[in-house]
Amino acid sequence: MNKPTALSIGIQRGGLEIRQFMRQRESVVFTMLFPLILLAIFGSVFSNQIAEGVTFSQYFVAGMIASGLVNTGFQQLAIMIPMERDFGTLKRLRGTPMPASSYFIGKSILVTLSMLVQVLLLLVAGVAFFGINLPTTADKWLILLALLVIGSACSTILGIAFSNVPKSGRGASAVVSPVVIVLQFFSGVFFIFTDLPQWMQQVAAIFPLKWMTQGARSVFLPDSFAAQEVAGSWETGRTFAIIGAWLVVGLIWAIRSFKWERQ
Amino acid sequence: MSTVISVANLKKSYGATQAVSGVDLQISQGEIFALLGPNGAGKTTTVEILEGFRDRDSGEVKVLGFDPATKGAAGQAWRDRIGIVLQSTEDTGDLTVYESVSHFAKYYKSPKDPREVIDLVGLSEKVDALGRTLSGGQRRRLDVALGIIGSPELIFLDEPTTGFDPEARRAFWALIRNLRDEGATVLLTTHYLDEAEALADRVAVINHGKIIEVSTPELLGGRATSLATVSWREDGLTKSEKSENPTALVSQLAVRFNGDIPELSVKRASLEDIYLEMIGGVNE
Repeated sequence: MNKPTALSIGIQRGGLEIRQFMRQRESVVFTMLFPLILLAIFGSVFSNQIAEGVTFSQYFVAGMIASGLVNTGFQQLAIMIPMERDFGTLKRLRGTPMPASSYFIGKSILVTLSMLVQVLLLLVAGVAFFGINLPTTADKWLILLALLVIGSACSTILGIAFSNVPKSGRGASAVVSPVVIVLQFFSGVFFIFTDLPQWMQQVAAIFPLKWMTQGARSVFLPDSFAAQEVAGSWETGRTFAIIGAWLVVGLIWAIRSFKWERQ
Repeated sequence: MSTVISVANLKKSYGATQAVSGVDLQISQGEIFALLGPNGAGKTTTVEILEGFRDRDSGEVKVLGFDPATKGAAGQAWRDRIGIVLQSTEDTGDLTVYESVSHFAKYYKSPKDPREVIDLVGLSEKVDALGRTLSGGQRRRLDVALGIIGSPELIFLDEPTTGFDPEARRAFWALIRNLRDEGATVLLTTHYLDEAEALADRVAVINHGKIIEVSTPELLGGRATSLATVSWREDGLTKSEKSENPTALVSQLAVRFNGDIPELSVKRASLEDIYLEMIGGVNE
């Protein structure tokens, strides 16, 4: 029998990752429903219009979709991988002929699937309960698709890179979650970005989440709203350039620092 | 007999601590070789260098003809020929025994049949049980199954029977002998001296980063010629005497008691006694 390729093993690993994920029911429910709960809370509390024809819910859904990219990629992996490192999963795999890339392909499949489910749930719940308007033109959908693909890739690779920061699996959640929550506050997920203090906006502009939320707004908010952004436009080119740059940074960081064993 | 593992003057230090300071080893194909030593003796470091998990500072190391420090495709091809059973792992808890074993089979060029391996390690009744529901001993057997699924030529076993009941240990030993009879070489590290005695063709004792002695379990540390302890019951007391020539002593006793010597026993030093003596009488 010939040895399968890195890709085919990676796909098998993806199936395995999903199966393992689904068997942790509490975490499935929590991960997938939590954004919906947030949407319900924010949608009910802030029922006002923030601009002509733009509800706060509409603004918030864009932010939550961007957050979904961060939660399913960065947050999920930066917590899960240190635990696998502690459990000996990674060391065991290192001792087999499994190509290293197969492990990361498997993780990417898990992230992609959970990201798609997350986004779909947000859109369905948003339309059904909070009167969210979906994009109506093909090019907006295309931008959304590109944002999901590149944003999720960026988030995945940064999650793998950041997995070396927590010292242990048990402490990973305490290290990673605050990073994500602070970035969410700074990046205009919970508040209107332009209402935030200048310095907060400038800090946020360094990190990719701010650009993911802005990209999502360019899809879900009417073009008339672009005038109210910091630059007075959606800055679509810059958005993708910065997310892409973080993807490259994450890749180099991950390749240089990834460890298969707890130190 | 071809050489499967050859190590010459292996050295490794962590900062100022010299963990391994000049280890030499030769292990032949088809051998069960046990490496014994207290914690911190350099045992784990040595084995992890052989497994390719750790880089060495200096020395020659060949495992199945390859340098275990080889990276890339050649390293991957080499890993196809070895099987590693690590110390306590807690992974694969959300997968069934069958899912784990059949998935790992996909990593190898010529894997064994997953069902057969599961039967072999005695987990047939747990084939559809999730990893997290297994007992300690059953988990260990799953670890072994994952280590041997790829039909390895060389198997590393690190404390394989921790948490086994006596019956399971004997079954496990039979399994290891069976793998050896099929041509595999086994490098075993264990804290159980009786395990080394039952399984190993040769044992090496390592302490302070150096191999003190390599021998068969019967001959280690001059065990075969060590004084024997003869003990018996006399005048309501248990008496014992160390002797170079226990046969003569027993004959004398037989004459003295005119036949049956009450509660007679003749014991040579156990492997454990010899081992403890060798490493300086300190157990761990």
